[in-house]
Amino acid sequence: MTDQQEKQQALRFFRQLVRVRIFEERVSELFVQGGTAGSMLHLSIGEEAGAVGVMGAMREGDGFTTHHRGHGIFLARGADPKKMMAEIAGKSTGYCRGKGGSMHIADRGLGHLGANAIVGGGISHVVGAGLTYQMKHHGNAAVAFFGDGAMQQGVLYESMNLSALWKLPVMFVCVNNEYGMGTRLDHASASLEFEKRAETFGLLAAEVDGIDVFEVYNQSKNLLEDVRKGNPAFLKVNSYRFHGHARMDKSPYRDQQEEEEGRKKDAIAFLRDRIVKSGWYQETECDAIVEEVKQEMDEALNHARNAADPGADEMYEDVFDPQTTKPFPVDSRIRESLHLPQA
Amino acid sequence: MTETTYREALRQALTDSMRRDPSIVILGEEVGKYGGAYGVTKGMLEEFGEARVRDTPISEEVIVGTAVGAAMTGLRPVAELMYVDFVTLAMDQLVNQAAKIRYMFGGQIGVPMVLRSQGGTGRSGAAQHSQSLEAWMMHTPGLHLAMPSTVTDAYHLLMHALTLHDPVVFLEHKGLYTMKGELKPERALPWGKAEVRRKGGDCTLVSYSRMVHFCLDAADSLSKEGIEAEVIDLRTLHPLDMDTVSESVSRTGKAMVVTEDCLTAGVSAEISARIMEEAFDFLEEPVLRLSGEDIPIPVSPELEKGSVPSVDRIISTAKMLMRR
Repeated sequence: MTDQQEKQQALRFFRQLVRVRIFEERVSELFVQGGTAGSMLHLSIGEEAGAVGVMGAMREGDGFTTHHRGHGIFLARGADPKKMMAEIAGKSTGYCRGKGGSMHIADRGLGHLGANAIVGGGISHVVGAGLTYQMKHHGNAAVAFFGDGAMQQGVLYESMNLSALWKLPVMFVCVNNEYGMGTRLDHASASLEFEKRAETFGLLAAEVDGIDVFEVYNQSKNLLEDVRKGNPAFLKVNSYRFHGHARMDKSPYRDQQEEEEGRKKDAIAFLRDRIVKSGWYQETECDAIVEEVKQEMDEALNHARNAADPGADEMYEDVFDPQTTKPFPVDSRIRESLHLPQA
Repeated sequence: MTETTYREALRQALTDSMRRDPSIVILGEEVGKYGGAYGVTKGMLEEFGEARVRDTPISEEVIVGTAVGAAMTGLRPVAELMYVDFVTLAMDQLVNQAAKIRYMFGGQIGVPMVLRSQGGTGRSGAAQHSQSLEAWMMHTPGLHLAMPSTVTDAYHLLMHALTLHDPVVFLEHKGLYTMKGELKPERALPWGKAEVRRKGGDCTLVSYSRMVHFCLDAADSLSKEGIEAEVIDLRTLHPLDMDTVSESVSRTGKAMVVTEDCLTAGVSAEISARIMEEAFDFLEEPVLRLSGEDIPIPVSPELEKGSVPSVDRIISTAKMLMRR
């Protein structure tokens, strides 16, 4: 990579990292104002490099699933922040027309096969996507993103085994943020050497420091080259969850010193420092990017606030393919039983 | 018309569908070299090869999860669970994932897969190999549920299942695989339509899967005693055709639901509640439910038989319903 190429890449990454951070901050504002749908909102602040670095190495046509903390991953894939924010607010203009929300956002066009609210729930779907790619779309890869909590779910190991057995183009990405809700990793896992687990199943495995988006990108790129040839891989990205499990969680289970130390693992500050020290951009130019992104995310926030709620009848849509069968509303059934006119 | 078995009719449906649609793949435990624990997929590996007939490890969750992911991205998988009892190990993938994906994602992505399995008593499989768990599936919005009782339905319902755009749970009965019958080549009734297997004006017996045959045998005996029972085979539990049931009850005024699954909160509870709602004005007696006992299935062949409805008990219960 020439210095010029590296500069361009750094600036792209910087903007992406900042977009994730500020998107999450705006989502948090929306939540505080009562604008999000539901009380379960999981921010990925501190985990930006895992999203941006891995996604930077993925290609059009690749598919992926995420865990419940997946806003940043989807945004890094190229999601429209307006449609994302609207979905998180449960509005009709959202990616899933207000039916999925933060934890079930998806988009067929961008290859997002869904965020999942069951820990480990989406991991095996990339095994299936990998099977499709092996049979019909050779060269594509399927990537599962999940947290360290899912490292203790059995389905992960069923999925690793089957991917290796069938030589599927699948990559498993553990965004390790040290906590499964309030339980620290070393209280949940007897061994912290996750790469060894993957290697035991015959996967390629690597660990990377999530402070450096370039490192995440390079490792992902290397692994994905092999993945596309049918050698499944595992990547662990070490990071720190800056805030609580969900927006309302004040993290009473960790002390201030630990949090201060953890928040030093800041991929944005790290890259910004490199950009300035390399003379690629000045501080003011970095600030200008941040300002542009703020404006973009403010617009997304306003869009979500003002977007319409889904229509009441839409509740019964999308349970099945509309050509087949539709749920019969409870009220209609009651009226039929009593021979009353339908409302 | 040709005579064949329930097992061969299922294999014929899979084979005909796979010849027509190259996106269909079969995956499950022992489906390839072994030919399926009950022989349904025997010989299919030889015709379609290892890429399309895939033996899996004994990992039920990833079998169903892989089918979900493959269905979302353009294949049409047929996942097989050797026994429906094993669905407990894949319940997250069936209930939280397959059934809800179209809805959660706002209709963008469907899950066109078929989950084949078999259940029921008859082989002394004991508590973990003999259950009838269809009420769990019926209780989950987003799933089609087919339970064929005849050779013709085994073929046509499976053929139809493999054209739908949503997940279908297709439950066979282990006691029916060797049953012989005519495979009518013309398409049977539409998906979601019940079939009147026997006409009768005195009472209505509603059933599905193997219990349809028990009801038909019982109805023959009842006829000799002057009671003409109408026997309705639901064929699919989702969609559920209550129109055919209500129409029958409007003529007979008496209904009995016969199912092999256990009684409490089971399929017969739902059907009888619907009859009460939809045919209340015609009912002359309470709707009776003759279902499995609320016990785990015991291994003793005699106890096993006693744990689910028998022909004799259908006869005696129908007579009670007729106040005879």
